[in-house]
Amino acid sequence: MSEIRPTADPFAPAEAAPAAPPDPANLVCPAPIPERARVLLGHGSGGQLSAALMRDVIGPALAAAAPGGPLNDAAVVEVAGRRLAFTTDSFVVSPLEFPGGDIGELAVNGTVNDLAMMGAQPLALSLAYVIEEGLPIEDLRRVTESVAKAAGRAGVRIVTGDTKVVGRGAADGLFVNTAGIGLVAPAVSVGADRAAVGDAVILSGPIGLHGIAIMSVREGLDFEVEVVSDTQPLNALVAAIVAVCPDVHVLRDPTRGGLASALNEIAAASGVGIELREETIPIPGPVHAACEMLGLDPLHVANEGKLVAIVPASVAGAVLAAMRAVPEGADAVEIGRVVADHRSMVTMRTIVGSQRIVDMLVGEQLPRIC
Amino acid sequence: MCLGIPGKVVEIHDDGPLRMARVDFGGVRKEACLAYLPEVVLGDYVIVHVGFAISQLDEEEAMKTLEILRAIDAEGVALELGSLPDETAAPSAPPASAPPASGASA
Amino acid sequence: MKYIDEYRDAPLARKLLDEIHRITTRPWALMEVCGGQTHTLVKQGIDEALPAGVRMIHGPGCPVCVTPLEQIDKALAIAARPDVIFTSYGDMLRVPGSTTDLLSLKARGADVRIVYSPLDAVRVAAANPDRQVVFFAIGFETTAPANAMAVRQAARLGLTNFTVLVSHVLVPPAMCAILESPTCQVQAFLAAGHVCAVMGWTEYEPIAERYHVPIVVTGFEPLDLLEGILMAIRQLESGRAVVENQYARAVKREGNLQAQETVFRVFDIGDRKWRGIGMIPASGYHLRPEFARFDAEARFDVGTITTAEHPACIAGQILQGTKTPLDCTAYGVLCSPQKPLGAPMVSSEGVCSAYHAAGRGLAPARAVPLYELARPLEGAPK
Repeated sequence: MSEIRPTADPFAPAEAAPAAPPDPANLVCPAPIPERARVLLGHGSGGQLSAALMRDVIGPALAAAAPGGPLNDAAVVEVAGRRLAFTTDSFVVSPLEFPGGDIGELAVNGTVNDLAMMGAQPLALSLAYVIEEGLPIEDLRRVTESVAKAAGRAGVRIVTGDTKVVGRGAADGLFVNTAGIGLVAPAVSVGADRAAVGDAVILSGPIGLHGIAIMSVREGLDFEVEVVSDTQPLNALVAAIVAVCPDVHVLRDPTRGGLASALNEIAAASGVGIELREETIPIPGPVHAACEMLGLDPLHVANEGKLVAIVPASVAGAVLAAMRAVPEGADAVEIGRVVADHRSMVTMRTIVGSQRIVDMLVGEQLPRIC
Repeated sequence: MCLGIPGKVVEIHDDGPLRMARVDFGGVRKEACLAYLPEVVLGDYVIVHVGFAISQLDEEEAMKTLEILRAIDAEGVALELGSLPDETAAPSAPPASAPPASGASA
Repeated sequence: MKYIDEYRDAPLARKLLDEIHRITTRPWALMEVCGGQTHTLVKQGIDEALPAGVRMIHGPGCPVCVTPLEQIDKALAIAARPDVIFTSYGDMLRVPGSTTDLLSLKARGADVRIVYSPLDAVRVAAANPDRQVVFFAIGFETTAPANAMAVRQAARLGLTNFTVLVSHVLVPPAMCAILESPTCQVQAFLAAGHVCAVMGWTEYEPIAERYHVPIVVTGFEPLDLLEGILMAIRQLESGRAVVENQYARAVKREGNLQAQETVFRVFDIGDRKWRGIGMIPASGYHLRPEFARFDAEARFDVGTITTAEHPACIAGQILQGTKTPLDCTAYGVLCSPQKPLGAPMVSSEGVCSAYHAAGRGLAPARAVPLYELARPLEGAPK
């Protein structure tokens, strides 16, 4: 697709194009910024476009003010000899209520989990609302009650917040932001760059539930499915893991972009390869069916209550046992290994015995007919 | 092209002149139009593409295909060799009712 | 999932593969027509597991990829209009036109909506009587019955704000065009299973006879493809050339007569341009005159559309099977799923995107910058 067109106003009927198509190696253009310079929905979907936006636009612009280093779920800052984990996340899900939860629950669990993925025990959350004018007050009350309930379940307190209202159309009903702090235990040092060759890759349970639950109520798709979002706090599960393996190398919750994107990020950050065994990855029947129907890859579908733990192979058994003893980890299973081959890439054995590459999600997941 | 997946008809109703069904795809239920398969009844399996049932799944043929695949003996002589009927040599003739063992059939 | 998972059985797959290896004595070149089949072959690595010398040439079986650039540009011009709700299958949203694509238009504020079924587009039209609703009716013969029914339904409801932008293409003329080409190397075909579920396979019998090529109607799961390849090679090895049906559980020789009747009530056959290939006579569907009021091309004056393909894109040769993505200088460098130059890289069934997702021919470090601006960021863009 050509980058530069002097007549590049897409809202006018296409005029006669210049005689010779532009040379892509010679990108000099006096025209208005072409489409490729606008943010697309795909930039928010957690896959390659999101990573690129971070790496090529936001990261460099923040460089002087940001500490650099691998992109983790939360930041860890030293405060008076303790390590404080600090994170923020915004929630823009539509519809606000979906099978298995609502935006309030998601907002609490999401931030609790980001802290937990650094091996931290969450302490306190902030809660900020951007409310679209016209939102029914009952909806706001229900969502806030969900927030309270989720916070109680996770053992965190909401200690500060903010509320703004914007005009109709400026927010999709309600946007929620939560930020959170937690304490990292002294022996724990989790990071996306710590996966080591030989480590075991462990998944805490079945994948694809949240994304399919959301899609089932999305405008234009509308199907009935017996899946509900798996949104849940994972701090208890992480505490169980850390109790038997303080030196857990990587913890990551595969949210937007799915399991594939999370593992690709880890492989790239650690400079290792990851090999998965397809038959070990738990995909619930209805998730499998919905993905078939829409032409989606379950490995790219979002999760909100699962984690990946990468641990030294010698403790994999103990970690699995500890996880399975906690409800959130009842279906924990080892799904692969960290290897020295094909560094930065994730592969999976196919049914005919060859290795296929498991790619990151490119942009927004679009259903297809073809 | 043509993502078409098999599902079971679990409910049938009319939407004006269009006969519609609720189809269950391994736990996912979605509406599909049955206009092109008027003989389909509850419990039948259909192949659905873009919200339309385009073909009824022949469960007997499905079993036959799997049986034939399972029977392939890669070590020795395949069942099929030597039993290819002459009827399939003429392309314009309808395929023989006794299927050549590798699954080609009417 | 019943009737899907059984056809993904690993031991059976390996058994079929072993049998293919056992019976193959010479090199053969087979073409699978359907993009869905290409996708499975590449994703499962089946084409690489075949005996050395057996080559799968990937056919132009991706309706997204072969939709002519003019139609894409027309779609974009129509979608950009403020009075239009433009509805489409998800596949088309990222396909590059001469200057932009539907997803980018959506980012700029155009009302572009994905629909799962064409009947959903009709519903949108019924619910929005003050807007023009246009549906992008692309596809092979498989999708034509659904698109035809949408037109009939709109007619029944007396809708005056619903039109379709038609870009249907047909498989048999494309196969003949490929077979007629002096550079054709294809010796056998795996015909598209769902196209044949609708149309049957009678149209392929004269092709098999005239060109002496085996044609096996094949499904989409790994076992289907392996069995289809096995059947085709058996014919090739024994010098036979007939139509056989691997996908017996879904396809009958006469196809779906009901569907065919409705298709021919709404569409008739006409010439169509295939992106990357050119004009193939009698290879597409156009709306019949009695349904002309539903033709988006008649309703909207989009002016003169002059198209320009990216010069580095060799989609044409890829779609004809004469080159693979590995032969393309732009592949993985200038052209990637994030920044596609041509349709086969965009569509999840396109050959180029299948290869790219499988990592074929890409440097291990995958050093391609994923997000490229037209010019550097420093200073405010003018």
